Amino acid sequence: MLEIKNLHVRIDDKKILNGLTLTVKPGEVAAIMGPNGSGKSTLSYVIAGRQDYEVTEGEILLDGVNILELDAHERAAKGLFLAFQYPIEIPGVTTMTFLKASLNAQRKQRGEAELSTPDFMKKVRAAADKLGVPQEMLRRPLNVGFSGGEKKRLEVLQMFLLEPRYGILDETDSGLDIDALRIVSEGVNALRSPTRGFLVITHYQRLLDHIVPDVVHVMSRGQIVKTGGKELALELEKNGYRDYVTEAA
Amino acid sequence: MDVSVKNLKTTGETALAALFAPSGAAASKALRQRAFDLFQTMGLPSRRLESWHYTDLKRMLANVAPRAATSAAANVDAEAGACVIRFVDGHCIGHSALPKGVTLRGLSDVLAQGDADTLGALYASVGSEDPVVALNAALADDGVVIDVAAGVTLDAAIILDFVSSDATARSEFMRCLVRVGAGAKLTLVERHVSAQASAQRHLALAVSVGAHASVSHVFEGVADLDVLLASLLVDVAAQGNFQSFALVSGGRLTRRQIWVRAGQATQVGLRGVSLLRGEQHADTTLVIDHVEPNSESRELFKHILDGSATGVFQGKVVVQPNAQKTDGGMKSHALILSDDATMDNKPELEIYADDVVCGHGATVAQLDDDQLFYLMSRGIPKTQAQAMLIEAFALSAVDFVEDEVQREQVMTFVRDWMMARGA
Repeated sequence: MLEIKNLHVRIDDKKILNGLTLTVKPGEVAAIMGPNGSGKSTLSYVIAGRQDYEVTEGEILLDGVNILELDAHERAAKGLFLAFQYPIEIPGVTTMTFLKASLNAQRKQRGEAELSTPDFMKKVRAAADKLGVPQEMLRRPLNVGFSGGEKKRLEVLQMFLLEPRYGILDETDSGLDIDALRIVSEGVNALRSPTRGFLVITHYQRLLDHIVPDVVHVMSRGQIVKTGGKELALELEKNGYRDYVTEAA
Repeated sequence: MDVSVKNLKTTGETALAALFAPSGAAASKALRQRAFDLFQTMGLPSRRLESWHYTDLKRMLANVAPRAATSAAANVDAEAGACVIRFVDGHCIGHSALPKGVTLRGLSDVLAQGDADTLGALYASVGSEDPVVALNAALADDGVVIDVAAGVTLDAAIILDFVSSDATARSEFMRCLVRVGAGAKLTLVERHVSAQASAQRHLALAVSVGAHASVSHVFEGVADLDVLLASLLVDVAAQGNFQSFALVSGGRLTRRQIWVRAGQATQVGLRGVSLLRGEQHADTTLVIDHVEPNSESRELFKHILDGSATGVFQGKVVVQPNAQKTDGGMKSHALILSDDATMDNKPELEIYADDVVCGHGATVAQLDDDQLFYLMSRGIPKTQAQAMLIEAFALSAVDFVEDEVQREQVMTFVRDWMMARGA
């Protein structure tokens, strides 16, 4: 279980999260919707372990263990995965090298043997075929010159390889056309399992047509202000966030 | 009252001057005397000399080590087909079998013979007005003159292997000349890999690239020397090609200075990676002088600085009035890994022709936090993530090393250097 309890976060002197509480159960897809500036991306970064934020109160528990003391790479090895809204370009590091380094670094931390090159290649090929990622793309420098859709597909491909326990999808739909959205969503749906949870962060409802959530949280001013079923997303699409923005003020 | 500042010599300058004892034919002696006089006038360079502004040698070479005695001759084995010419403590001790089309003479023989052409190439080369090049001309009494015959293509490299073995502090003074005949092709490795930490090495290497000839030069500067002053004096004749790559990660003080005179329709490429930590200071200063039309030059240097290290890059591309259609591009990028490391980056263009394409760029940056976090968020520990980014940073320069074995050696060195950092 991924539990976020009374989380207060600030960057510099600006408070961004104000006592956010949220639980994602294994097998559950939880969506977080909210207006721009409500702190959605901050939440995803803080869960993944980015250092620029200061957690002043609260905790994040992964199966009962507080992970706030862990570095980002340790959290990843424990099964957290953040699909970035804007995946980072790294010139000089080929995508394949990066994938192999990631997978083996996690295995090493978990005390598992590193994957042999043929085994690794087999695994990558299977995931790439499933997501329509051409082999040629994997030989290019990581995310450099990739289109928005290619970058997001590669994020999902990484999730296929790393098989996290909890996937956090930060605005995965941004910058995607309908076809790319469908491919990415199918990839995520294929990863749904009774032991894996997802936190899907989005501004728009349309992603949730493809990745149907079990529960929808509305976030505003750094807090969860309403929780409901998937129909809550439709309501937000119709009425906008206005009610929640004023309510929290 | 007449106060002459010139006569106030530092201990280092006095010690160096005391080593001057030229031998050989009258013509040789005269050239070396002229060089010595120049050194006596200029002294060791300090910040006041623009080309040495960031490396105060007067201060950094306060203690001059005595010369090493003559080293015993020894058998030298070839390395995977490459011809090895070995110097120990400043003296040539021998070489493996020379490839066909290659001749070699010791510097003392050349000096005794006093042949005007060879002396000219040795002493009247580009860079001869620099005090350290002049000091080298005056004091170097060991070295080799290598001639590669016209049209000869050497499949394996010629390696100039500079070693110091004496545990007591020693000064080494060597001067070498490599003349590559028209249309010949050669890989020339200048290797400073094995050394005592106390050695002070003064080396000048003159390379004369004949018309249509092609030289690939690799500088391996990873020995733990006290001082390495390495001057590279290059003259490229029409349609010639000179490419050089340097790996610098050596001792306390490394100064590489390069002069290239680029003739008509020549191609020149100077690239390098430096990895510095602790108190290391490494300076690369170069001048490319385009004197004839249609030549092309490219420089790309990557500096990685940790600890309290200091990196210096000064690059000057000169385009003479006659050198129309020159295409020049110079880049120097530094990556700073600690708060106390320093980089002085100074690219310059000096253009006297109107129809040219020249550009330069210099950056100093730190590792990118976003890139680091992205790698770490996938499970890669910080040290490994940093190593990956640094390797990627160096790669774009290392990619230019043509020889696959050499290229892999450089990358291995970069990785090991990073691993040692994490330990």
